[in-house]
Amino acid sequence: MNKLCSLSQAISRNIEDGMSVATGCGLESLIPFAAGYEIIRQKKRDLTLIAPISDIQLDQIIGAGCARKIVAAWVGNVAAGLAHNFRRAMEDGIPRPLEVEEHSNFTIGLALQAAAMGLPFLPTKTARGSDFSRADHFQPLRCPFTKEELLAVRAVKPDVAILHVQRADVEGNAHLWGNLGVTVEAARAARKVVLTCEEIVDHEVILSDPNRTLIQGFLVSSVVHVPFGSHPSPTQGFARRDDDFYFDYHKESRNREGFERWLERWVLGVKDHQEFLKRLGEERVRRLKPEGNLFSPSVSFNL
Amino acid sequence: MVAAAAREIRDGERVFVGMRLPLLGFAVAKELHAPNAVGLFENGVIRDWPALQSIFTMSDPPNVARSLYCGGLLDVMGLMQSGRVELGFIGGAEVDRFGNLNTHWVEEKGKRVRLPGSGGAADIATLAGRCIIIMNHEKRRFVPRVHFVTSPGYGEGGNWRDQSGLTGGGPSRVITSMGIFTFDPATKEMLLSSYHPGVTVEQIQRETGWPLRLSDAVGETPAPTADEIAAVRKYDPKGVWTS
Repeated sequence: MNKLCSLSQAISRNIEDGMSVATGCGLESLIPFAAGYEIIRQKKRDLTLIAPISDIQLDQIIGAGCARKIVAAWVGNVAAGLAHNFRRAMEDGIPRPLEVEEHSNFTIGLALQAAAMGLPFLPTKTARGSDFSRADHFQPLRCPFTKEELLAVRAVKPDVAILHVQRADVEGNAHLWGNLGVTVEAARAARKVVLTCEEIVDHEVILSDPNRTLIQGFLVSSVVHVPFGSHPSPTQGFARRDDDFYFDYHKESRNREGFERWLERWVLGVKDHQEFLKRLGEERVRRLKPEGNLFSPSVSFNL
Repeated sequence: MVAAAAREIRDGERVFVGMRLPLLGFAVAKELHAPNAVGLFENGVIRDWPALQSIFTMSDPPNVARSLYCGGLLDVMGLMQSGRVELGFIGGAEVDRFGNLNTHWVEEKGKRVRLPGSGGAADIATLAGRCIIIMNHEKRRFVPRVHFVTSPGYGEGGNWRDQSGLTGGGPSRVITSMGIFTFDPATKEMLLSSYHPGVTVEQIQRETGWPLRLSDAVGETPAPTADEIAAVRKYDPKGVWTS
């Protein structure tokens, strides 16, 4: 089944107000920023956002007033520091109050993996003794075999996972490479998956390298061709990290008015991703493209 | 601080690296005394040589290309939970005398300031064989009791970690902008073991929110050697992290 559609269609078809949405699952790379901007343009409300660290994307969606709750280990700007919209929401309820389900990176990975395997929880040795591990989504557990004390992490099952990948066919079978973070766990945990990708390839390309088909099409609801859709985060082989974009965002979002100007310039004031790239400018886009090639040798699946 | 961090990495160790200063410390250690150290990153990257281009995050393409392994977060966290990671580096907004770290919220002028949260710090603090805390040394950061325990050190001291069932060894050193601390083997209180060249014990006391305890062998931190400085410059030529 051909699941190709526009970004606008993918967001309007798959995301409804009040849903839980996993994003930023590659950690600092493969963050589906273009899809996040479309969520903001479509004025989705009361979302629960699920992400290990998110590197400014959660901050943008929080600042735009789309989020009611965050399930995360870390909300900030990795290179520059604090997330100003997250702070305003948590400290002053601006633009609206925010609930947080606190995790560590490991526990959010386990929570998604539990859902991916159809389990209500997974046990772990991490995070014990921390103050956030006293929350309801963690429970002490005694191992029935060894009798050791463990922590049970409640499953997190997103309504939708939005994932950016290098290439996919029109059915949503996807090849991805580089660091994976919790991408595969999120794809299997979520009820629906929206893929944005750098390249649409023939099914034959997918079949040529099955070890790299980390997301299977039967998990995927929509496939969108969005080259540079992870900007400013990197996509290995396709886009470098646009460090200045993060530093500028940090400066401009320091106060609410500055953030609103930023939002108008980069999100609300542009129609779609193509217009966003135009605003970024040809020269900047060219500089962010990797130079040369570091190919791995092909492997043989000979019969 | 980078040289001090590098000196903590022993040859052959598997190290949860983190970013900024520890990343540079890992590169310096690999270059000088720990050529067989392996670096693990929570995004799923494992490297047996440092990235040559400077990076702002562990997922930047130069840290991914020509790495030893690229997988997922649970792969590397699982290695750490099963006891295969000897050392990890962490930092925070606040630390107390038992090495507990806070990166959740602090109070400024009577108002709560929300910070980013744990990330992987609580995982490293609870699971790594031992961990090194890296901090800027300021009185507002060195507090008698942290407002919130994000990453547990020795809790309330003594055998708190054992009682709490933590499998990782806990903090072994605190490397600050002014000196280096170890921990009392029995009480698990922080002990000043060295002050950096040009810094006095009195100055460190002024920036520490509890009465300092000194290690018996307290002395000056050995200054970075010419080799260490050369290695730092090789991996941070523009002085992004060490200017």
